[in-house]
Amino acid sequence: MVRAEAALEEPLAEARPRWGATALGRLLRNRLAVVCLAIIAVVYLAGILAPWVAPYAYDDQNLDNTYAGTSWSHPLGTDELGRDMLSRVIWAAQTTVVISAAVILTGGLALGVGLGLLAGYAGGRVDNLIMRVADAFFALPDILLLLLITATVRPRVEKLFEGQIAHWPVLGPIVDAGGPDYFLVFGALAFFGWVGIARVIRSQVLSLRESEYVLAARAMGASLWRVLGRHLLPNVTNLIVVSITFSLGAVAGTEIMLTWLGIGVQPPHPSFGAMIFNGSGLSTLRNHPNLLLVPAAVVGLLLFAFNLLGDALTDVLSPRRR
Amino acid sequence: MPGILPYIVRRLLWAPFVLLAVTLATFALGRFGPGDPIEVLQGQYNNPEVVERIRQERGLDDPFLNQYGRYMWDALHGELGTSSTYLGVAVEDIIFEKLWVTVQYNLLALIIIFAIGLPAGIWAALRRGTWQDPLTISVLLLFRSLPVLVTIPILQYILAIKLGWLPSGGWDEREILGLKLGIFDKRIIMPLLVLSLPGIAGVARLMRAQTLEVLDQDFVRTARAKGLQEFVVVSRHVARNALLPMTTIVGFALVGLLGGSLFVESLFGIPGIGQFVWKAVLNYDYDVMMAVTLITATAFILVNLVTDIAYGFIDPRVRLGGRGGG
Repeated sequence: MVRAEAALEEPLAEARPRWGATALGRLLRNRLAVVCLAIIAVVYLAGILAPWVAPYAYDDQNLDNTYAGTSWSHPLGTDELGRDMLSRVIWAAQTTVVISAAVILTGGLALGVGLGLLAGYAGGRVDNLIMRVADAFFALPDILLLLLITATVRPRVEKLFEGQIAHWPVLGPIVDAGGPDYFLVFGALAFFGWVGIARVIRSQVLSLRESEYVLAARAMGASLWRVLGRHLLPNVTNLIVVSITFSLGAVAGTEIMLTWLGIGVQPPHPSFGAMIFNGSGLSTLRNHPNLLLVPAAVVGLLLFAFNLLGDALTDVLSPRRR
Repeated sequence: MPGILPYIVRRLLWAPFVLLAVTLATFALGRFGPGDPIEVLQGQYNNPEVVERIRQERGLDDPFLNQYGRYMWDALHGELGTSSTYLGVAVEDIIFEKLWVTVQYNLLALIIIFAIGLPAGIWAALRRGTWQDPLTISVLLLFRSLPVLVTIPILQYILAIKLGWLPSGGWDEREILGLKLGIFDKRIIMPLLVLSLPGIAGVARLMRAQTLEVLDQDFVRTARAKGLQEFVVVSRHVARNALLPMTTIVGFALVGLLGGSLFVESLFGIPGIGQFVWKAVLNYDYDVMMAVTLITATAFILVNLVTDIAYGFIDPRVRLGGRGGG
C-alpha cells in the first residue's frame, strides 16, 4: 500500500509543470499565434494605459479642425467635432477591455464554468434544468431578446442609476462617467455569455465524472467541492482557456451590435461600436471614409486575432487533434 | 427503430414549455415595461379620461395573467393584436407580408452558404499539409470574425460608392408565378453577400473538421486500397459520412441568419421583419414585438425539433443519450 502510494506520487509531481511548459512552448512556436498575441497585447495595453498613452482626451474638441486628414499632431485624422481619432480609438479600446473583463469574469467564469461543472457533475434534475434553460437561450436569436431589453429594461436602469445611485458617495462619479451604459452592456452580455461555455464544460465533465480518478476520490470520501475544485476543474482548464479566448473576441464584436441597438455606451464616451456607427452613414462614408475605416480596421484585426489564437490554442491544448 | 418514439415524444413535450416561458417573459416585459402603448397612441396632449376609457376597453387594467391568457387564446385563433404605429391595422394583416420578404432572401442565403461552404470544407481538408488549407481557413476565419455592422458599411463604401457597381440598398419586387419575389434584383446581392460570407466560413470550418475525422477512418483506407478512384472515395465514402453531423447546424445557421437580418434590413432598407420589429421597438409597439417573438420562437423551436429528430434517426447514439451507448 505504501509502495503504491509512493509510485503514484512521482508521476504526479512530474506531470504538473509539464502542462504550462509544453503547451505554451508549442503555442510560441506557432508564429501566427505569436503575432495574434502581440496584436491583442497592443490593443489591450493601449486600452488599459489609455490615460497615459492617448495624446488627447476622448472628448477634446477642436471645431476649427474637423475632418482633418493625417498629420503629425493627429496621426489618424480627426472626426466631425475635431476630436483626435487615435485618442478615440485608444479610449474605445479601454471600453472594450473594461466590458470584456467584467463579462468574462461574471458571465464566462462564474456563471458559465460554475453552471457547467454543476450540471455535468450533479446530473439528473439539476442538469436537466440548467441545460433546458441553456437550450431556450440558444434556440432564440439573442438579438430578439436584446431588442426587448432595449425597449423595456434600459429606461428603468437609467432611472434607477440617476435617481438613487447618483447621489451615493463613491458610485456617484461612476454614474457621471457613463456607469449605467457600461452596466447595461455588461449585464446584457453576461446574461447571454454563459450558455456556450457552460455547454462545453458540462459535456466534458459528464465524461470525466465516470473516470477512475474521480471515482477513487469519491471512494476516499472527498467532498463535493474537493472533487469539483481539485479533480474536475484542473481537467477542464484547457477548455476554459480556449472558450475564453473565443468569447473575448465575441464580446468585442457584440458591443458593436449593442451600441447600434442603443444599449451601448453613449456619447461622448467612445467605443468601437459608437465610432463605427458614427462613421457608417452614407454621406459620411462618401466624404470621410476614414471615420469608419480606422475603428473598423482595429476591431477587425482584434477579432481576427482572437479567433486565430483560439484556433491555435485548440490545436495546442487538445491532444486528440495532434 | 427502437427508442426513436420516446425520443420524439420527449422532444415534443418539451417544446410547449419553452414557448410558454419565452412568450410569458416577452409579455411581462411588454406589460410592465415603460411607454404606455395607449399614451403613445394618443400623442403628447392626450386626454386622461380617453386614455383610461381605451385602457378599459382593451382590458389593460385586468390582472396580468388574465391578459396573457386572453392574448394567447386570441393568438391561437390567429389574432395577434393591433399595431399602435400602423394605426388600427391588425398585426396579422401586415406581419406575414414582412415575414415573406425576410424568409425569401434568408433561404437563398442558407442555400448559398451550404452550396459553397460544404465543398470548400472538403477541399480544404483534402489539401491538408499544403499552403492552400491554412490560407483558405484563415481567409474564411477573417470573414467570420467581422461583425455585419462592420462589413455592411465597408461593402457599401467599396461596391456602391467607390466602384458604383451596385446600389447601396433598397428592395424591388417582381411578380413571378403569382409570387412577389425580390431576390431577382441586383439590390439583393450585397445583403446576400453580407449574410452568407460568415455562414460559409462557419460551415466550411466545421465541414473541414468533420472531413478530417472521416479521412482517418479505416474504411477510407480500405476504399483507397481496393483501388477506387479518388473522386468516388471522396464523394461516396468521405463526404457522405462527414455530412451527417452537418444536419444539426442547419437550425443554428438559420437562427444566425435571422438575427443578422435586423441589421441587414435596417442598413439596406429592406422592408422585412427585422426592420419591422426594430421600428416597433423604437415606438414601444408591444403587440408587434409580441407577435414577432411568438412567430420566431415557434419557428425556431420547430426547426430545432425537426433537426433533433432527424439527427435521432440518423445517429442512434443521440436518441439513446448516454443511457445506453457512449
